[in-house]
Amino acid sequence: MPHFAKPAEGSWTEHYPELGTAPVDYTDSIDPAYYEAERKAVFRRTWLNVGRVEQVPKTGSYYTKELAVVDTSLIIVRGKDGEIRAFHNMCRHRGNKLVWNDYPGEEVKGTCRQFTCKYHAWRYSLNGELTFIQQEEEFFGVDKSSFGLKSVRCEVWEGFIFVNLDPAAQPLADYLGEFAKGLEGYPFHEMTEVFTYKAEVGSNWKLFIDAFAEFYHAPVLHQKQAIKDEADKLFRVGFEALHYELHDPHAMISSWGGMSPPKDVNMVKPIERVLRSGLFGPWDRPDIEGLDPLPPVLNPARHKAWGTDSFHFYPNFMLLIWAPGWYLTYHYWPTAVDRHLFEANLYFVPAKTAAERLAHELAAVTFKEYALQDANTLEATQTMLKSRVISEFPLCDQELLLRALHKVTADYVKEYRDAAAR
Amino acid sequence: MPLPAEFASLEPFSDWILVTERERYAKRLASSMAEMQAFYDAAFPLLEPATTYLEQFPVDSLPEPERNLLLLMMSLVTVSFPVEVWKQARVPDSGAAYLDLVSEPAV
Repeated sequence: MPHFAKPAEGSWTEHYPELGTAPVDYTDSIDPAYYEAERKAVFRRTWLNVGRVEQVPKTGSYYTKELAVVDTSLIIVRGKDGEIRAFHNMCRHRGNKLVWNDYPGEEVKGTCRQFTCKYHAWRYSLNGELTFIQQEEEFFGVDKSSFGLKSVRCEVWEGFIFVNLDPAAQPLADYLGEFAKGLEGYPFHEMTEVFTYKAEVGSNWKLFIDAFAEFYHAPVLHQKQAIKDEADKLFRVGFEALHYELHDPHAMISSWGGMSPPKDVNMVKPIERVLRSGLFGPWDRPDIEGLDPLPPVLNPARHKAWGTDSFHFYPNFMLLIWAPGWYLTYHYWPTAVDRHLFEANLYFVPAKTAAERLAHELAAVTFKEYALQDANTLEATQTMLKSRVISEFPLCDQELLLRALHKVTADYVKEYRDAAAR
Repeated sequence: MPLPAEFASLEPFSDWILVTERERYAKRLASSMAEMQAFYDAAFPLLEPATTYLEQFPVDSLPEPERNLLLLMMSLVTVSFPVEVWKQARVPDSGAAYLDLVSEPAV
């Protein structure tokens, strides 16, 4: 008997019949040829979130983004007109990387009036126009107006900066679709106190999305995190989400979260009782506009025990909004078929008091304790998948988002391969 | 490193006054359970008094002793998992996994 209502079809999975209920083939996470196809079919054709507007607060603010998956580095910069633009980080003279410090592979950030190549001092405006050629008279009629930086599609949704390497891509808002529309108005711009975690993980990018796209694992893998009576209860009951929803290619899972604040303070650790914070964040909502009422897409089951909604914006961006008024993002940047860079950002309304700062610290520290356990399972999974002893795996109804991720990716790859074959 | 007079009893633990999470986490991994337990036993009872005491200062412009106190309490948060839950410095079942906090709100 489910604790929370499921769709009339009897399961979340059967509510989306195109997914089927058969075991899922995980060859897609170990096959180098498939990974090469994903790079072109998915990462060169979809909108990729590369940051937030707070990273480029004023004219001339910029940062670079290394995107190994599409073999490029980008400059994201705010121009004199206030517009945020993206350019390939490449000098038009002889292809030197334009913006970098000592190590060309390291991302950098800063503020400048113009970009100057450190090789031969060619200069570019914040809008990407070539403005100066060193010893211009030595060249053979180079028309500066046709040698600007190579631009990349760049659009902003609710302060999130996205790029798309496909010049023919649909507009960002159309791509992000109903979830994004339903989230508009959430006070992301108030939540500017950021904790940024990074790690290099020895697994295919989809495996870490899998890990954060289901909470079926939580009462088991993280059993030791809760105090004993609570852990035993969670293990016995298992996990069921409040709601799932798919809007191809994106997906969401809505979960309960009774720990913020807990029904009974004896359920949580002593430090959580004093600081009034924990895995689900600070127990006390920040005093800002926009949290009540919440945008309509949040807590779709309208359940009183709602705790967090996880939105997976395909391909590699997850946005988690927590009931107590903070949010979390995950990014998974592939570097090889069996490696990726993982980044997590926790965003809070800036602390005004030490108590608030410590509540944020406890939430961030707790996040790390959990994520380390999550990350460690991935290399173990990757190495066993690579053995090819077994390639098909049964996924349960609480793993709907995983089924969708692998299916959507297969659809993109198939479309790309079919088009290439024509 | 000075602490506010009311919290002078924590001065023996001033080596836990560390500015970044990376330093706090490294010290956690390098410490014995006995060392972390002693710090926790001294600092935990003062956590609530410390947050109350620090209410009178804006968190973004704390005088030096008050800033030290906040940083010390952030280290208490770092050791709370080993002391209250794990009974060891490392997160169980985390193997070689790591997660670096590459940017954090300044104190």
